[in-house]
Amino acid sequence: MGYRINVNGEVREVEATPDMPRLWVLRDLLGLTGTKYGCGMAQCRACTVHIAGEPAFACQTAIAAVGDRPVTTIEGLSTDGGKTLHAVQEAWIALDVPQCGWCQPGQIMSAVALLGKTPAPTDEQIDEGMNGNICRCGTYSRIKLAIHRAAKGGV
Amino acid sequence: MERRQFLKVSATATGGMMLWFACGKSKGKQEPTGDGEAPQPSGEGADLNAWIRIDPDDTVTFRIADAEMGQGIMTAVSMILAEELDASWGKVKAEHAPSDSEKYGSQSTGGSTTIRQGWEPMRVAGAKARVMLVAAAAERLGVAAAELTTEASQVVHAASGRKLRYGELVAAAAKIAPPEQPELKAAARYHLVGKATPRLDTRAKVLGQAVYGLDVRLPGMLTAQVVRAPMMGAKPKKIDDAAARAVAGVRDIVTITSGVAVIADHFWAAKLGREALVIEWEGGDAGLDTAGVSRKLAEAVGKGVEVRKDGDAAKTLGAATKKLRASYEVPYLAHAPMEPLSATVHVHDDLCEIWTGTQTASFTVMKAAAILAISPEKVKVTTTFMGGGFGRRSQVDFVADAVEVARAAKVPVKTVWTREDDVRGGQYRPAALSEIEGALDADGWPVAWRQRIASPSILAALGPLKKGVDATSVEGVDNLPYGIPNVHVTYANPALPVTTWFWRSVGSSQNAWSVEHFLDELARLGGKDPLEVRRRLLADKPRHLGVLEAAAKAAAWGTPALAGRARGLAVHESFGSFVAQAAEVSIENGAPRIHHVWCAIDCGRIVNPSTITAQMESGIVYGLSAALHGAIGFEGGRITTSNFHDYPVVRMGDMPVIDVILVESTADPGGVGEPATPPIAPAVCNALLALTGKPVHRLPIKLTA
Repeated sequence: MGYRINVNGEVREVEATPDMPRLWVLRDLLGLTGTKYGCGMAQCRACTVHIAGEPAFACQTAIAAVGDRPVTTIEGLSTDGGKTLHAVQEAWIALDVPQCGWCQPGQIMSAVALLGKTPAPTDEQIDEGMNGNICRCGTYSRIKLAIHRAAKGGV
Repeated sequence: MERRQFLKVSATATGGMMLWFACGKSKGKQEPTGDGEAPQPSGEGADLNAWIRIDPDDTVTFRIADAEMGQGIMTAVSMILAEELDASWGKVKAEHAPSDSEKYGSQSTGGSTTIRQGWEPMRVAGAKARVMLVAAAAERLGVAAAELTTEASQVVHAASGRKLRYGELVAAAAKIAPPEQPELKAAARYHLVGKATPRLDTRAKVLGQAVYGLDVRLPGMLTAQVVRAPMMGAKPKKIDDAAARAVAGVRDIVTITSGVAVIADHFWAAKLGREALVIEWEGGDAGLDTAGVSRKLAEAVGKGVEVRKDGDAAKTLGAATKKLRASYEVPYLAHAPMEPLSATVHVHDDLCEIWTGTQTASFTVMKAAAILAISPEKVKVTTTFMGGGFGRRSQVDFVADAVEVARAAKVPVKTVWTREDDVRGGQYRPAALSEIEGALDADGWPVAWRQRIASPSILAALGPLKKGVDATSVEGVDNLPYGIPNVHVTYANPALPVTTWFWRSVGSSQNAWSVEHFLDELARLGGKDPLEVRRRLLADKPRHLGVLEAAAKAAAWGTPALAGRARGLAVHESFGSFVAQAAEVSIENGAPRIHHVWCAIDCGRIVNPSTITAQMESGIVYGLSAALHGAIGFEGGRITTSNFHDYPVVRMGDMPVIDVILVESTADPGGVGEPATPPIAPAVCNALLALTGKPVHRLPIKLTA
């Protein structure tokens, strides 16, 4: 079936079966490989994107269920082809957060969503808001510091 | 846009990490990885050796022959090269070197060896290139080389104030013969090595532009998944693929050595295709279950061969009045790197091109060449970023599958593993059982230690064991550091039908736990403080003692913990480094809660303190996941564990505060990727022992009421 979808401010047309998860539409049909596959069953949040501003598991969201609601991926978080970064990305760079980096797009998308709802989160609110995102490298400590830094406007 | 990306990938296919730029957003100029300016055309640039290229705009590109899987070696190796080269760090880029055994020798990354083994040769490579640049400048300026110095990618003639940029010297320098033995910089002059330096790959990873194995895309590429035997050793007897072939997007179904491959347009079609396959399997060991693994270990443990014998442990144990005996058992563990495994392969025109996140380009080449019966020179491997390795990517089973699939498909194919394929795919950290007995003297100090180890061998699959002992299964015990006069260690290799492989810190991952936790049990029996016992028994081990004292001091050892909490200590040497950890633990809702970990490491010369600290945190979290949760289960020959819901790992909410202390040392660099993993399980268990009075004899930790 043909679908018109709105990704990072662009309308794209793709051919897919209705059950195809948004994750694989992004990665395999549109070449937006910044959104990562980690478990395929809503356990790790590596695939986190924003759908109409809300964080969502791209691996659990069938293309037919998204409609024309706007989707933002890690590639759409920065502007200017990656020259102007989101404050959360700036904080991630300032604290040198990533190790292997595979989970980080999902971590960043979750952090942006958390700060959207809770602009100055406590440690406990960060624990709660980020508990769904798995990192095997153990970057949790730096993620927490980076979220606090972004919340304070980069200080 | 898509087409353009494909072309860029192809054009830079052997350029390793140039793939970063190719798969990012195609609008506008791409950002480089470092903080230098965008790359310029490099017509007059040149290679000064296998690792170093300099372009006319002064961009220095380092080709890193080892694998960056998150541990930070791409940056650390670049720091070593840049230090000796006197390269301006802002102009440095790094990429994975292409597979080339002639230039790079063995390209395998494991055993925390990159900096340990690269420290000397990388300094020499940087220094050689520097001498060549100086010689070119001397010729151009008509002065003696001895009058010239280098700094920030320039050769400087102080007497005349003249300066030449590396970019304008490189073409001439490349024609100069490299010196045999260049002088290396004195450590006092280091300005990069030892200084916390941001990683070169951070920006690409934060922007979602870094290209990992699973992100590789080639023109006309298909995607495959392989259905492997549900029981190890089983083979397909009958395959009904009619329904699978009818799935939209499925192109072909082929039988390969490891199972049945569904080749499709993309991941989703391959997944639907494999779910529609009907396969009847035969063979395999249907009798294997989790309790059976424990039984096999217990049957073997008393029948081992001797590994170490000091004094007479049996006699001392027999005569002792204060003694203790305990069994320590750990399960099989999967590595579960965040990025599931994949390899993209194109077999064409007598060539085999491979793009994959591998810890071993060398074995990847050999495996592909063997499967295709072509010479290794005809195999080209482009190493991508990898979303964690932890040892899993030093096995080449996933590459072998992909080569067989691509040979059958005749077009480029990315063969991917699902998370379930990964967790059920074998290649596990072996299960292990240690039976330990210890005896105390009249004053309560340990005087005898007997440890009998049973653990299925990893090395036996690679060749005959030396004297029947797998060195990895006994590491940490055969070199037990404690000054105990009577020590006896044996090892048995029980036969189990489960494939095993190197898992972050290998045998130390279980042996540090059994040794350090049993030592605390002995200390308790003797009425001694765990730190006092270690101080006494490590009197002639200054590096063990150094980290032990540093961790104990940071943790305020000896002062009372908060109500309901207790602290535990552990120390372990592995991969050329010494790590001590103290953990502060309580019990919440019937499970251990780890509040704080103090970690001290002596890894010799410190290259990048920032990544060493990160690797300590990383090793602790990895070891903590295993200690609290990790276990692969078996039932009726099948693996019952499959994904993060039944193979849980530490999450943000479980995360302790971690303080890392880097102990100063002038020794040559030790490893940092693995040594933080072994001490965490015993540090936590020792804290629980202090808190509850009960030891933990099986991992993962299950507290009993």
